[in-house]
Amino acid sequence: MANPKAKMSKSRRDKRRAQYNARTKAAVTVLCPNCGEPTLPHRACRHCGHYKGRQVTGKIVVA
Amino acid sequence: MRKVKPARKLGRTAAHRKATLSNLSTQLLIYKRIETTEAKAKETRRVVEKIITKARKGTHHAQREIFSALRDKDAVRELFEEIVGKIGSRPGGYTRIIKLVPRFGDAAKMAVIELVDYAEAPSAAPVAAKQDRSKRVKGSKKAEAESQEKEGGEAAE
Repeated sequence: MANPKAKMSKSRRDKRRAQYNARTKAAVTVLCPNCGEPTLPHRACRHCGHYKGRQVTGKIVVA
Repeated sequence: MRKVKPARKLGRTAAHRKATLSNLSTQLLIYKRIETTEAKAKETRRVVEKIITKARKGTHHAQREIFSALRDKDAVRELFEEIVGKIGSRPGGYTRIIKLVPRFGDAAKMAVIELVDYAEAPSAAPVAAKQDRSKRVKGSKKAEAESQEKEGGEAAE
C-alpha cells in the first residue's frame, strides 16, 4: 500500500491550511459612502441601511 | 421533451410554496417594501410582476383572477385603486431588489424587495444608532461605574 514516507509536521500542515483561510475566507469590505463604516460591496450598508445614496431599509411612508 | 420552467422550490411543497408567494406578494402590495431572503424576494418578483401587469388591464375579470391568487381584499383594493395609477406607463420592472447583509443566526442571504414607484417616498429609519454594549446591557458593571462617575462628578460640583 502507498503510504507517506514521513510525518507531516505541524508547521507544514498549518501552512497548508492557512492558505485556505487566506484565499477564501477574507471578507471583502468597502467603506459605506454615507456613514463611513466598513460594509459588504453590492449590499445595503449594515450600519445605516443606505445603498446608492438613499435609505433602503425600514418602512415606506405613503403620504 | 417536456421541460420544466426553472424556478426555486424554496424547500416547500407546491401548496406551501404557493401560499408563501401569495403572502409575500400581498404584503409587498400593502407595505411597498418588504425584507426577506434573496431567494424568496426573487421568486416573489416573478409572481407579483405578473399580478401587477394583469391589474393594469383594470377589468373585473382581472380583479377576480388576482383575488383568487392573493385572497386578500385589502391588497387587491390597494393594487387597483392606488398602485396601478402610480405606475403610469412603466413597461414592467415594477419591483426592485436590493441585497442586504447576511442574516445573523443562519447567515441567509437577505434582500429587500420594493415597488419602484414608491421607493422615493421617505423611509422611517429603523436603525437606531448602536449604543455601547455596556450601556445596553442592564446591570453591567461598566455602565454602573460610568453612571456613578457621573453622579460623583455632579456631587463634587
